[in-house]
Amino acid sequence: MQNLGLDVFFKGTNFLRLLDGLWVAVRISLISVAISIILGIAVGVLMTSKSRIIKVVSKIYLEIVRIMPQMVLLFIVYFGSTRVFRWNISAEISAIIVFSFWGVAEMGDLVRGALISIPKIQYESSEALGMAASQTYLYIILPQTVRRLIPLSINLITRMIKTTSLVMMIGIVEVLKVAQQIIEANRRVSPNATFGVFAVVFLLYFLICWPISRLASYLEKRWA
Amino acid sequence: MKQSLLEIKHLNKAYGENIILKSFNLKVEKGDVVVVIGPSGCGKSTLLRCINALEDIQGGEILIGGEPISRNAKNISTMRQKVGMVFQSYDLFPHKTILDNVLLAPIKVQKRKRNEVEKEALELLGKVGLADRKNDYPRQLSGGQKQRVAIVRALIMHPDILLLDEITAALDPEMVREVLEVVISLAKSGSTMMIVTHEMAFAKAIATRVLFLENGEIVEESKEPKAFFESPQTERAKKFLKSFEY
Amino acid sequence: MDWNVIISYLPRYKDALLLTLRIGWQGVLFALITGILCALVIYLKIPVLRQIIGIYIEVFRNTPLLVQLFFIYFALPKIGLQLSPEACGVLGLSLLGGAYMAETIRSGLENIAVIQSESAESLGMSKSQTFRYVIFPQALSSSVPGIMANVIFLLKETSVFSTISLMDLMFTAKDLIGMYAKTIECLTMLVVFYLIMILPVSILGNILERRLRFAEFGS
Repeated sequence: MQNLGLDVFFKGTNFLRLLDGLWVAVRISLISVAISIILGIAVGVLMTSKSRIIKVVSKIYLEIVRIMPQMVLLFIVYFGSTRVFRWNISAEISAIIVFSFWGVAEMGDLVRGALISIPKIQYESSEALGMAASQTYLYIILPQTVRRLIPLSINLITRMIKTTSLVMMIGIVEVLKVAQQIIEANRRVSPNATFGVFAVVFLLYFLICWPISRLASYLEKRWA
Repeated sequence: MKQSLLEIKHLNKAYGENIILKSFNLKVEKGDVVVVIGPSGCGKSTLLRCINALEDIQGGEILIGGEPISRNAKNISTMRQKVGMVFQSYDLFPHKTILDNVLLAPIKVQKRKRNEVEKEALELLGKVGLADRKNDYPRQLSGGQKQRVAIVRALIMHPDILLLDEITAALDPEMVREVLEVVISLAKSGSTMMIVTHEMAFAKAIATRVLFLENGEIVEESKEPKAFFESPQTERAKKFLKSFEY
Repeated sequence: MDWNVIISYLPRYKDALLLTLRIGWQGVLFALITGILCALVIYLKIPVLRQIIGIYIEVFRNTPLLVQLFFIYFALPKIGLQLSPEACGVLGLSLLGGAYMAETIRSGLENIAVIQSESAESLGMSKSQTFRYVIFPQALSSSVPGIMANVIFLLKETSVFSTISLMDLMFTAKDLIGMYAKTIECLTMLVVFYLIMILPVSILGNILERRLRFAEFGS
């Protein structure tokens, strides 16, 4: 135990602090996913529009999200925007903004894909029944897309949880930051804590993400 | 005694509890064109798949030229070269051109020289009217054209017997004829074939023997196909043939 | 926007880009090799090895690269395994990417219709010939969109290298902001340099995908 540096977990509240850090990461992800789903559906419906402007704008939006590392976006929002607009936003809010920016793009694209893959005849037959466009969406189209979107949004949660590891770079005290603090504080008494603590962080991330991604792929297979 | 080209002795085939073929016997001689008909699920396609050892069998023997063919035997590659097969779905290799589809097996399996096989391949493609499409990819061809290429791909291996498994079932009606004409000209040139089909007019035109299968057994067999199609002897065959009339 | 500042920073960004690219392409290459090998083991159902690789894939797909890097860079030396930061970067990227590539190629392999191997076998091809000439080339080309998406993902992930003191683009931007506080200039250059690095790959991916869609398999 001593050699692997696992002893630090039995000192004081170290392990609880680590879990607290993990909760910060999970909280940021869950809030962002919730925002992504709600706004993503709206943006997805918007993206099916035939307007050229909307097409070009959404193409650029998707490409930005596809190409820019989340870390760069975090820096832009946290350091850049506060500079330009002279406002003050907390690191956590910045993280949620960036994650939602990313999530809305992905959800929007998924919703758009799901919507256009629904055969035209479905729209036509509900119109033939005298339904308004809004009713068609609400009762016919959305229910058909939801099944497809659930596994994909669960999948997005795991990717967001994994990406929250980056937010320590803008000063949020999440699990990795706590890990570093614990290692730092025990440098002298337990020099091997580096190994134990990072191994445990590794495991914690896995234990959170793995079941969620299993669930996602299970649902994907079942509802395929 | 003369050796049959294909001999099936007491073949048993089942998927779990579901028995497909029970103690099935058949001899096919050189030059025979055996047409196998029967309702779906009667075991006719499974029979062809067994002859090409694509299925495990539960009992009995399949002999090609007196030698057994079996899925797990060492000589499976040599044995399969004696049996050509064309499937219902267009199953060309999508990543290869038409010519390469035809050349792949002779070059890799039979280790023949490329220029020699290529000459033969172009000749065969010419016979089915597709020599000019040799550099196209399968996706650029119609279903009927793809099926003709699949026949060439099987023929170039010089099989002793050719198995055709409902080769027109997935085709648009107007493409059926171009494929069947190729098969008829093969029959005229003396190829040995076993054909599973639902095209009764074609069956009548091409068969030298007809097998009517139901529930994995031969219900009626005839060496006089014309007579069989006009007046089948068994009630079940009568009923089956009636289902094609209106 | 101060153009003189931007020009004076250019050499540092250029060096950072070259470093990122050097680690990036090595990581992508090893990831691809790892991915193909792992997918083969799973496809061929090689006992024991297959289970081990299954665990590897799940572990590396379900943990962040940053944590993997911290483990490789900070924790492994404690049990006697010390690597240079650059080697850590390549190793981390290869392990992460290998797991993703393996999944992509495995599903490519599984999606090749059974009839393809049956028709190859009915021509007398052996199992290994069938795999080499018929199954594998098709699986690889149908995996291309997925592979390209993984490449972009891996290049984006390089942005965490600064945490193990590699002087990549992120490190350079942070460093320069810290020293001269030219935030806007530094961030703009950061964005532009990531575009220079990833946009061509993205465009290439789109072109390949369109060509493959045109080459749609099957009927």
